[in-house]
Amino acid sequence: MSEISVSRRGFLRGSAATAGGLAAGPLAVHAAGAAEASAPPARTPEMMDIVLEVNGGKHALTIEPRVSLLDALRENLKLTGTKKGCDRGACGACTVHVDGRRVNSCLTLAVRCQGKPITTIEGLAARGELHPMQAAFVAHDGFQCGYCTPGQIMSAVALVDEGRPLSDEAIREWMSGNICRCGAYPHIRAAIKEAGQGT
Amino acid sequence: MEAFTITAPGDIDAAVAAIEGGNAKFIAGGTDLMQLMKDFVERPKRLVDLDRLPFDRIELDDHGARIGALARMSDAADHQALRRRYPIIAEALLASASPQLRNMATIGGNLLQRTRCGYFRDTGFPCNKRLPGSGCPAIPGDNRLLAILGGSDHCIATNPSDLAVALVALDAAVELHGPGGTRTVPLNEFYLLPGTTPERETVLGPGDLITAVLIPPPEPGQRSLYLKIRDRASFEFALVSVAVVIAMEQDRITKARIAFGGVGTRPWRLPLIEASLTGHPATHDAFAAAAVGAVVGSRPLSENAFKLPLMQRALVRAFTAVTA
Repeated sequence: MSEISVSRRGFLRGSAATAGGLAAGPLAVHAAGAAEASAPPARTPEMMDIVLEVNGGKHALTIEPRVSLLDALRENLKLTGTKKGCDRGACGACTVHVDGRRVNSCLTLAVRCQGKPITTIEGLAARGELHPMQAAFVAHDGFQCGYCTPGQIMSAVALVDEGRPLSDEAIREWMSGNICRCGAYPHIRAAIKEAGQGT
Repeated sequence: MEAFTITAPGDIDAAVAAIEGGNAKFIAGGTDLMQLMKDFVERPKRLVDLDRLPFDRIELDDHGARIGALARMSDAADHQALRRRYPIIAEALLASASPQLRNMATIGGNLLQRTRCGYFRDTGFPCNKRLPGSGCPAIPGDNRLLAILGGSDHCIATNPSDLAVALVALDAAVELHGPGGTRTVPLNEFYLLPGTTPERETVLGPGDLITAVLIPPPEPGQRSLYLKIRDRASFEFALVSVAVVIAMEQDRITKARIAFGGVGTRPWRLPLIEASLTGHPATHDAFAAAAVGAVVGSRPLSENAFKLPLMQRALVRAFTAVTA
């Protein structure tokens, strides 16, 4: 575990800080932790105090009703494993489980998720052990750039839980809400088939 | 997305009261409304969340089926008794959207989803449906996906729902609740033609909600099929779809109901073709003759005339399969 204990995001933050003196403005602004250090946005009249139950932990938030679950996870709770692709429900990169069902978190309002358990990619591994679906994606090289991967895995775990058939054709159909622009589909299918048969 | 407030009433009367006055919208699954709000097509100041209302049950008895408007698409598609009695509903639902969206979107919301016309969904363009009187750039423009039936000089937007096509072919009705009480409307009369008022899409009045879909019992020996043709194999709206619901005695068709999707400004029933097939043997010649009549009255434009032969072939293929 030790060689992968540095997270990608931590690495990016560190290198941005190191490169800060040299990098052109935009890179430093986007990559550095400057936004996190700034004061929280002022309270607007619409804001609501809510509690979200994410990966077994409860989190109190003060947010506007228009904040998507995706943005609440990434921007407020810093759970950046869930990815923003299209932000319109078409790509599946933002897939998480709410109340045990896979959903597009970009089309879900965070304030409507109170009292509903939420699981993100960060909540899949139990006690440091990869979920069998995560292990199968690693074993079958089920990704290239990795951007769609958290959504693919969350969707794949749900597919198995739902009891869908594990034929190539069925996996293609039941994974159609997750787009992989690198085209790693054959490896993704192989991973799902193996993890699904193992359960 | 613009800022709004949200409230979650505990019963239907409170929901109807909460929607009155001002710029408010009901939200159920939210899959379509969220897209429209992100693109500034819809800009409500207040949302009325329907999650707490008890309209998500699916019930079957001798009088037919009742699907609560707040049942999720996936719940209806996976409902074993509903699938056995009306397999065409699951066929249409499973040909719609993606597994994630079907876990969110409700049956009522599916029937009320807005058109996928790109001009409607892009506020950079005029659109008579979004901004009455501003014009329709689709008619002389990019109309490949748009309607060849039921359009007007003001609008040619297609209705995107697969479920609505299957339900219209099943002679389903919707139960509506609003400030004026409860009423039931056949789904085939629920959607309005665009005419000169494309901004009016259904018979719903202000504050009206769909509370349930009602489906009559199947005919003895009823058979059905939903055939959907699209640009890719999954997670795509229909270029052409057809729902066929028939009854047969030996090789003779005793009852036929046909509805098309992807081609009309609303789900498109073909009563004359249904009548022409009724009482006749199920032969290729009969289907071919029906296909000729199916496109009568269509108004193809610069990029969507391909839908005519596609409609005709879909009709023949669906009847061939369902009568086999």
